[in-house]
Amino acid sequence: MRILIRNGRLICPLQQLDDVGDVCIADGRIVAVGAPADGFSADLEITLEGEFICPGIVDLSVHTREPGFEHKASIASESAAALRAGVTGMVCPPNTRPVTDNPAVVELVRQRQARLKQTRIYPLGALTRGLEGRQLTAVAALRQAGCVGLSNADRPIVDTEVLRRAFEYAASFELPVFIHPEDSYLRNQGVMHEGKISTRLGLPGIPETAETSAISRALLLIEQTGVRAHFCRLSCARSVELVGAAKQQGLPISADVGICHLYLTETDVDGFNAQCHLWPPLRTDRDRLALLDGLRRGVIDAICSDHQPHDEDAKAAPFSSTEAGASTLEALAPLAFNLVATRAFTPTQIIGALTCHPAAVIGIDSGSLTPGALADLFIFNDRQQWTLSAAALTSAGKNTPFDGWEMCGRVMHTFIDGKPAFTYE
Amino acid sequence: MSAHSIQLDRHGRLKHFLTTEGLSRDILTSILDYAESFAGVSGRAVKKVPLLRGKTVANLFFESSTRTRTTFELAAKRLSADVLNINIATSATSKGESLRDTLHTLEAMHCDLFVVRHGNSGAAHFIAGQVADNVHIINAGDGRHAHPTQAMLDVFTIRRHKPDFESLRVAIVGDIAHSRVARSKIHALSTLGVSDIRVIAPKTLLPVAIESLGVRVFHDLHEGLREVDVITMLRLQRERISNAVLPSEEEYFQCFGLTEARLSVASPDVMVMHPGPINRGIEIDSQVADGARSVILQQVSHGIAVRMAVMAMVTGAASDAGSGAD
Repeated sequence: MRILIRNGRLICPLQQLDDVGDVCIADGRIVAVGAPADGFSADLEITLEGEFICPGIVDLSVHTREPGFEHKASIASESAAALRAGVTGMVCPPNTRPVTDNPAVVELVRQRQARLKQTRIYPLGALTRGLEGRQLTAVAALRQAGCVGLSNADRPIVDTEVLRRAFEYAASFELPVFIHPEDSYLRNQGVMHEGKISTRLGLPGIPETAETSAISRALLLIEQTGVRAHFCRLSCARSVELVGAAKQQGLPISADVGICHLYLTETDVDGFNAQCHLWPPLRTDRDRLALLDGLRRGVIDAICSDHQPHDEDAKAAPFSSTEAGASTLEALAPLAFNLVATRAFTPTQIIGALTCHPAAVIGIDSGSLTPGALADLFIFNDRQQWTLSAAALTSAGKNTPFDGWEMCGRVMHTFIDGKPAFTYE
Repeated sequence: MSAHSIQLDRHGRLKHFLTTEGLSRDILTSILDYAESFAGVSGRAVKKVPLLRGKTVANLFFESSTRTRTTFELAAKRLSADVLNINIATSATSKGESLRDTLHTLEAMHCDLFVVRHGNSGAAHFIAGQVADNVHIINAGDGRHAHPTQAMLDVFTIRRHKPDFESLRVAIVGDIAHSRVARSKIHALSTLGVSDIRVIAPKTLLPVAIESLGVRVFHDLHEGLREVDVITMLRLQRERISNAVLPSEEEYFQCFGLTEARLSVASPDVMVMHPGPINRGIEIDSQVADGARSVILQQVSHGIAVRMAVMAMVTGAASDAGSGAD
């Protein structure tokens, strides 16, 4: 299929490109950027009025809930939500049921995804068997099956010796490890940030040292083992400092932040708002500003949705008994773009954090608008106003903290493999 | 929906009683005044008033309790309501039924008022958000969050002895971190004008941001008790020792246990309170608990009057609930 998209605002952070022009796509690849290739004849022509043309979003954390939790969501339902969100590649954590700790589960996911011909899935393999933090997984086989990294998901490894060995083994096969930094002893029974609001609400708190001490421990082991590591979902100011200092020393690390943590804080939990029950927890406004600053300075490489769709019952209980996580895919692009207008980011900074930087974390050839690159891209109209409604989400998870928020900007088209995969109507 | 606006109806009247936080001085005062009008009822030969005749009150206790449940039951009966006691700890939820399903089942039985105790902070708020508009919720203790009727009966007891709140010095001693009574009492006292509220405990028993509630922190009992007019002792749970929060009961009593000798620095007419049940010899010496300054038993009997007042107010049975006593 041959497609010509005319008169868009082309953003390619990899080349620092921000210019008005056209894109030509043929047979799944980008063939020309800027001016159309000589004699290019298109099957499909789209003429824009200056809307953004960007590489497709690579989202570093999307829980599709499949296999094992299909009462919450499925690969089919969440792929459809991803297309609507401009997400062309999603990294899926291994906390499925069964756990993604062997090639058979990876194969199952790939087969289900292949049938859909939609958003690409990049699975993470479990760092330890059953995520139990005791035995190593067959890393070579997981890599062979297509895992782009290893992670212990929401089950931090307690035994430091196991962590060291897991890092060493992963390093031997050149797979990055994804770390959710948390000391489970310091977290204890905590369900929200330990601070003013937890004190008032009488909810058990998670101190920031639960995160920072785990980061410090991991950094020393990364230095010792030489593993390439990615820190998932930083939540506090001190974490940004620690990661920033380690990057300056030249450690092979990267980091991301969830979109909720750039907009919400502990005060949004007030009134026992279970939609803001997240993990890691929402922290203070000072932390939120430090995360934005870390993003600006490149200490934080990527913004992800940290999409966690839930069934209704998961959030319908007293706060401590609710499940953590928010359904965020469809809010990701408008909220991220909004930082250009409200926080003085450049479009290339924001698109970079959504595309080429996360692509580099998982080592895939994606996230750029260069001739020859994969034609995964999306078109975004940053002027369209709309109101987010939980009930109207495409995702099976209606658990959004942004219900009723005024959004500015909408994904108009998503292309995967050079074919139109979604068009807003 | 904010934590405290949910308990008022659109006219600003009390609809649920979930927390003392965020309620106006007027509402808190009218609870106290209204309770005062019921305080005599228990002493009469016929101990009943017909305010809640025809209404059904369900006591939903997800955590076991004797004194709180009994005083709520007595309060409801003295208002002529029909009372249903449901001990959920041994009932439906242990068969796997969800809290929402339990509630809707009970609602289908047309209960007008639920008195709820639950181990999770925020449970009463959650339930208030689930029930139909004409159903009222009174929080009888949720996790570490709030125990508003206990706080109000404490304040009621204080007012009977020391009505000038502005000049009062109040100390709360013990396990503040896990105490819903402490939180509710701090909010109620500060709204009513008490400016000198102190909490006395080792750091392991204090929530991190306790100063943000407007209290002063002491780690030394002797310092903290200087010239105080009211002392509230909190119960110490044994699990604080097994969970590495405290080294031993002996050391705790030595440093934070209330004895006659320790009372010497307090105001001469200091009142000693305890929400019960008491651990004698762990947080308080028997001599003090049974002594002349103790108002612990008065607290229990005032509990009935305060709970009658709150029940009448939230159900709208009080003639002018929310703006004053009748």
